[in-house]
Amino acid sequence: MRKGKLYLVSLMMLLIMSLFLAACGADDAETSSSESGNDSSTSTDSSTTDDSSSSTPQVLVFGRGADSVSLDPGIVTDGESFKVTQNLFETLLNFGEQDTTINPGLAKEWEVSEDGLTYTFQLQEGVKFHDGTDFNAEAVIKNINRWKGGKEEDFYYFNSMFKAEGEDIIKDVTAEGDYTVVFTLSRPQAPFLKNLAMSPFGIGSPTAFEAAGDKFGDNPVGTGPFKFTEWKRNDSITIEKFEDYWQDGFPKLDKVIFRSIPDNSARLNELMAGNIDLADGVNPSDGKTVEGDSTLQLIERPSMNIGYLGLTNTRAPFDNKLVRQAVNYAIDKQAIVDAFFEGRAEVAANPMPPSISGYNDAISPYPYDPEKAKSLLAEAGYDGKEIELWAMPVPRPYMPDGAKVAEVIQKNLEDVGIPSKIVTFEWATYLEKAKNGEADAFMLGWTGDNGDADNFIYTLLDKDNIGSNNYAYYTNEEVHSLLIQAQSETDENVRNELYKKAQEIIHDDAPWVPLAHSTPLLAAKAGVNGFLPHPTGSDKLHNVSME
Amino acid sequence: MLHYIGKRLLHLIPVLLGMTFLVFLIIRAIPGDPAQVILGQQATADAIAALRLKLGLDNPWYVQYFDYLKGIVTGDLGESLRTRQPISSEMWPYLAATFELAFFAMIIAIIVGVNAGIVSAWFQNSWFDYLAMVIALIGVSMPIFWLGLMEQWAFGIQLGWLPTSGREEVRDPVTAITHFYLIDTLWQGRFDQFIVVLKHLLLPGIALATIPTAIIARMTRASMLEVMRSDFVRTARAKGQKMFVVVYKHALKNALIPVLTVVGLQTGMLLGGAILTETIFSWPGIGRYIYEAIGFRDYPVIQSGILIVAFLFVMINLIVDLLYTVIDSRIKYN
Repeated sequence: MRKGKLYLVSLMMLLIMSLFLAACGADDAETSSSESGNDSSTSTDSSTTDDSSSSTPQVLVFGRGADSVSLDPGIVTDGESFKVTQNLFETLLNFGEQDTTINPGLAKEWEVSEDGLTYTFQLQEGVKFHDGTDFNAEAVIKNINRWKGGKEEDFYYFNSMFKAEGEDIIKDVTAEGDYTVVFTLSRPQAPFLKNLAMSPFGIGSPTAFEAAGDKFGDNPVGTGPFKFTEWKRNDSITIEKFEDYWQDGFPKLDKVIFRSIPDNSARLNELMAGNIDLADGVNPSDGKTVEGDSTLQLIERPSMNIGYLGLTNTRAPFDNKLVRQAVNYAIDKQAIVDAFFEGRAEVAANPMPPSISGYNDAISPYPYDPEKAKSLLAEAGYDGKEIELWAMPVPRPYMPDGAKVAEVIQKNLEDVGIPSKIVTFEWATYLEKAKNGEADAFMLGWTGDNGDADNFIYTLLDKDNIGSNNYAYYTNEEVHSLLIQAQSETDENVRNELYKKAQEIIHDDAPWVPLAHSTPLLAAKAGVNGFLPHPTGSDKLHNVSME
Repeated sequence: MLHYIGKRLLHLIPVLLGMTFLVFLIIRAIPGDPAQVILGQQATADAIAALRLKLGLDNPWYVQYFDYLKGIVTGDLGESLRTRQPISSEMWPYLAATFELAFFAMIIAIIVGVNAGIVSAWFQNSWFDYLAMVIALIGVSMPIFWLGLMEQWAFGIQLGWLPTSGREEVRDPVTAITHFYLIDTLWQGRFDQFIVVLKHLLLPGIALATIPTAIIARMTRASMLEVMRSDFVRTARAKGQKMFVVVYKHALKNALIPVLTVVGLQTGMLLGGAILTETIFSWPGIGRYIYEAIGFRDYPVIQSGILIVAFLFVMINLIVDLLYTVIDSRIKYN
């Protein structure tokens, strides 16, 4: 009997202890998890050994926000899927290590004809797919034909990049010998090479996809530095070193494990506890914590995004240009960047970031000038009716905290006499309603796919894209003709001028308030070397090693 | 008895049917287009229209509903819109993960809750009684996500005792057979992995167990107090039996009936209510599976997921009702 009672009391004490420990924390989880970094060096790392002696395999555990949808890069559209496929597959051309310049990939050289309609690629020789199939011209042709023959809803990116008005831009692909491929286009396409370097166009093994059909995504086979091992859905994806990789000395890691950890704070906790080596999607507010911890390093991803406040141009009062300009003067963009991006962003002037070719740096952001805003509103005859201000419900790299930014904007608008009500919806609903033009003013953003101006300005602000990505319902014929002209202009200088002109008009029309180009953050253990995050969000890990 | 079970199972049909219909209507009433979500922000209007056609989302709702029912009757739960995998094969690992976590949490809740309730009743109005009930009150009212993050901070980061996310050490993954990792690791004689899996269960298990523990403790206490005042307990005491024997042998059996009801209800709750815990602890369970499906408007997954959880919920209640007869011979089902 004594024993039973003792056992009970000790059990209760344990429970009390755990509650007490929990109660010792700070007021809310956000701050407590972010203030604990400075003294977390006591954390023992019992479960992991990552000394890089040659006997222990080098394993990198990469924590991220969500699982992949499929591992067939041709059929997916989400960044989390590409994060993995980028290391299993290779594209004909590669982006630069941390930019979107064009570099050799599976194709070592290429020539473009004078008229911009014929592209001839010389392929790397001696490359093998993970299943032993040879990589050659025939494999490239089979991949292109697979995407071409598929339906739009299956190979979404191929269709959006290489089809226009229902017509194939890639008219024909032929082989000249085993290692030369010739692409014939139906019309010149300025960003053609950049498009080919995008993750969705990773070349797969024809043997594998012909056998697997639509199950190719469960057992992907490419030529990349890593090959697929295992996928535990919603939990982890494991890829391992491909011993026959064609580039000697790569990859340096033996294994990479991608773990899905949905909650940002929980992900950082896992990194601090030593259970993962690299964490994507670090809140700007946690940046200082990571920097203050000697066992961790903070890594900045080069910025290629825009966060903006869209003003639906077809709804009153934003159908009046003067009112839209007034809102641009009313909002204190620098204050927003300082407060919510922790300074890790720059105030935006144009609908695309400065790193993109064709950026107009003669344009500066609308200055913060409430008086100017008031006089414009008076001139416009604004009636003082309350507007709806839509706040983003989810954190995104271009907008870490939609709700708080909305409150600042609300205050700014109130100061110049525009009353507003903040509303928000669950993410899928939000996008649907904004796309239908139901918002007055809404927050949104965009991360570039291929580092081309067309992928920002045409995609987000051309009249062709009303009902898809032109949420602001902005229409301007002059801008439209400039953008269409730029799509097939192959002279880079002429093309840049066209985009600069378009940006001028857009700046004056003020369909949005461009807010910021943010620098997304990652964190890693101090011993992770050679990790270079890519602006597109698809990171190549062949050069990463661990100390 | 069999007759009774048969009748109860027949009753399930209209209940589940009504539920599928409700869920079907509600999820279609929320705005948001699966085709749009699947294709992402970059999607063109044409691509969305084509995908809608392919997924059969353009059919009238009643056609879609009957197609779905037809599938269910033939044991086909449909295909996920997003991953294009058959749900019946996709769902089991998630379900097993949630089962393992829920049962683990329930075992903690029963052991701690029942014992705390007994001791509280036994030493009514003592310091232990007050303390236990205050803690129970805190346990019921504490937000799980906060408790979860605190646990991670204290036991994971500060003390480094326990892992704070997932089901296994990813550097040494478990080979899944049944997807109950405790069973799988024992099966393969991997005791080292068994311990690791157990460690992973601890923090989410405790977080998930707080509410049922508190409820069970309060219920046990109340029903024990009532039983302790009854004649047979007084008789037992008068015969000179030790208090311990009286409490644990005579009183407990009678006091357990209302507790059992709570256990049944709470187990059902745990199956569906694990979403927060699963998100904080990155536990790949059914709650997160359905939750993410809602974000993606993955209609078949939401429908079938909720159907399965509801089915389990009513089955657990049936089992609880049958257990009454085992505990209390006065209860008979005819």
